[in-house]
Amino acid sequence: MGLFILRRVGVMILTALCLTFVVFFMTNLYPNLEKLAKTQGNFRMSDEAVASWLEKRGYMQSTPKKYAEWLGVVPSYRFEAEDGTVTGRCIDPGVDPADAPNFCGILQGYWGYSTVFKEPVSEIVSTRLGLTGVLMFWVMLLMVPSALILGVLAGMREGSATDRTLSTFAITTTATPEYVSGVILIAVFASSAVGLKWFKGTAASAMESPNFENFFLPVLTIALYGMGYIARMTRASMAEVMTAQYIRTARLKGVSFPNIVMRHALRNALIAPFTVIMLQFPWLLNGVVIVETLFNYKGFGWTLVQAAGNNDIELLLGVSVVSVIVVLVTQLISDIGYVYLNPRISVT
Amino acid sequence: MEELTWTGSLGDILDPILFVLVPVFVALVVLRIAVSVLLPAPTMQTNPDGTLSAVSGGPAVWVPKLSNLSGLLLLALVLAYLIVGAIMGAPGAGIIGGMSQQLVPVWIALVVLFAVSINFKRRLGLYGKLFDSTIGMIGFGLVMFWVFVGAFAAVDMLLTHAPLDQVSGMKNKVPGTPLRGAEEGEFQWYLLGGDALARDVFSRMLKGSTIVIAIAPLATLFAFMVGITLGLPAGYYGGKLDTFLSFLANLILAFPVILLFYLLVTPEIVATGLPQYMAVVLFVFPLIFSAVLINSRYGGQPGKNWTYLAIVLVPLFLLYMSVINANDSKIDFWPLDFFDIAPGILVVFVSVVFVNSPTVFRIVRGLAMDIKTRDYVAAAQTRGEGPWYIMLWEILPNARGPLIVDFCLRIGYTTILLGTLGFFGLGLPPESPDWGSTINEGRKLLSIYLHPALPPALALLSLVLGLNLLADGLREESLKD
Repeated sequence: MGLFILRRVGVMILTALCLTFVVFFMTNLYPNLEKLAKTQGNFRMSDEAVASWLEKRGYMQSTPKKYAEWLGVVPSYRFEAEDGTVTGRCIDPGVDPADAPNFCGILQGYWGYSTVFKEPVSEIVSTRLGLTGVLMFWVMLLMVPSALILGVLAGMREGSATDRTLSTFAITTTATPEYVSGVILIAVFASSAVGLKWFKGTAASAMESPNFENFFLPVLTIALYGMGYIARMTRASMAEVMTAQYIRTARLKGVSFPNIVMRHALRNALIAPFTVIMLQFPWLLNGVVIVETLFNYKGFGWTLVQAAGNNDIELLLGVSVVSVIVVLVTQLISDIGYVYLNPRISVT
Repeated sequence: MEELTWTGSLGDILDPILFVLVPVFVALVVLRIAVSVLLPAPTMQTNPDGTLSAVSGGPAVWVPKLSNLSGLLLLALVLAYLIVGAIMGAPGAGIIGGMSQQLVPVWIALVVLFAVSINFKRRLGLYGKLFDSTIGMIGFGLVMFWVFVGAFAAVDMLLTHAPLDQVSGMKNKVPGTPLRGAEEGEFQWYLLGGDALARDVFSRMLKGSTIVIAIAPLATLFAFMVGITLGLPAGYYGGKLDTFLSFLANLILAFPVILLFYLLVTPEIVATGLPQYMAVVLFVFPLIFSAVLINSRYGGQPGKNWTYLAIVLVPLFLLYMSVINANDSKIDFWPLDFFDIAPGILVVFVSVVFVNSPTVFRIVRGLAMDIKTRDYVAAAQTRGEGPWYIMLWEILPNARGPLIVDFCLRIGYTTILLGTLGFFGLGLPPESPDWGSTINEGRKLLSIYLHPALPPALALLSLVLGLNLLADGLREESLKD
């Protein structure tokens, strides 16, 4: 088991390195750098001005070298102007270049500085991640129990009216992407045209004080899309378990139906949904981006859109590192958890 | 001209019935669920002639019957709205009637398709069996509805106005607003209202289906070509090749899709020609696939082999070169460049294929690993067949069931991805009538005006739902044998 986890962590680090390099490469293509220079400097810069702006900030070095600097394995770039002042990535304004560290990268715990928000990346990522964490917590709280209940109820008696109705509901929610369900929910519950106005169509105020009125719609929108999928998986697994030999034996013994479901079937039926729930995280991340944009909730997904839209290289890298880690760690947890839940599977 | 109501004078008769029927139906369905959860299944008795029937009486028997009946009545009512509406047309039957009349070619095509298919369903294989399952038929109906709408809208049938025409005074007007100063022969209303730029929402929604119907299945097909061509050897050979390809697939899958889109589909990246280079790699897979497919089968008969290869590969090659070459771009060397794809479309297409292929790869790999242990594969190996023959002519046909089902689901997923791209304003030009872009535009004024955003949202929902139901029906029917 220890070796298995070690190997998975090794693959994880390799994957994260590859992915960040891809992001790094894409964001450092010349047209993107030119756009960055023009948005940071001014839009009417000449080509020479752009080149010197980039030169001064070290963007003109080769991509692998810049990547190594970002990682913190080679000394970072310093630019010496004609008047002798030295500027560089590691040198904060007002600090003597001689005192500044030579290496500053991820390994040293320095995540860089966002060009859009004018704040250190680590601060932005941690505050935004906190906000998204609150959102995800409520999503999970709403999604997982209701999906499991739906799935178990539907799979308990395959082919019954309950099964058909709940399955139709589950299929409909999986067929409704967040930007569709969000729009429909806002239209019905938040617009002045329908006039119900039970909830607010924006979650901007939920960042300080989340309450039912401003937070329910975004939570519901994300939860609905994932819920259908988990419910269908639970239903399939429950239906399969209900046809198993030992359930028939329990029935023939005279165990009551609720007892069969609760004590005999449920635990075995929940193994498959567990993996599915863990593997939903990457999809939820997608949903988070859409919903945060739609409801103007300035969390992690919103930050991703802002960083990507403005080619904010270091923020984008920080965001992708975090999201890749989230994806890979949930995969790892789902694998390990699967082994624990199902003793027939072994990792070796 | 008066403003249209939703159902017009037809509604005077039918609306009261609808208002009674809907609550009754909902109540009966809820009751039915409650009954099936709380009460035991109706006890069966054996009749003298050997058949089974439920013991009469008790809510477990009559509730399902009543709910079925009310469901049928509801269906009949909806059909009445559509059919009478199609005959009466816009002023008489309101907005619904106007739309239904506008869609008459689609109704005719659907009825013909269903009549022919049901008539010959025993001779049509898996496709025919689809018509044995209600779910599958509903799904197929929804999908074919949008396919026909997309096809007819591509040649500018069905549309009431040009999707880019702006008419003064129609900005954000509610559904059914008459056109100010409409000329003779012009359609008199904006059936679903006007959007923020005074364009007709109804026509834009129909025109948007063309884009989806054109891109989504084709992109899914390409993703399948890539996934199959790489997944079969990975699953069949295993070992280093498998490790390497699986690592690559997991790498792409670990990317948040939206980040990938933002990295691939910005104008700056398009300027570097990166999507074109990706197209060079991704679009070559159909060629490889068909070449290997033919060669592995007819390799022993050179005459046939070369004929078939030439018949298939020459047009494909010309097509491939025309697609990857575009005037005034990074790749522009081929003199026989027959057509240029709009750069927006190409980028969207490439990124959607790129995102979908790793999942297909994983499915195919899993299936190949499973099937390669079967006896018929061992038999083929003993016969001395080549590995590619076994993969493409023994393993692949036996993996078709799950692949067809996944193909349907994946078209739906691709549709969602296309919508996501539009929602973030990536790829396609902002005036494009595709559903994602229209939803994105409409959502900005959503708290005041619903009508620009809701129709494309519901259209997308119904298409994806149709594809999911179709996949469900296919899965059910293919499991039966």
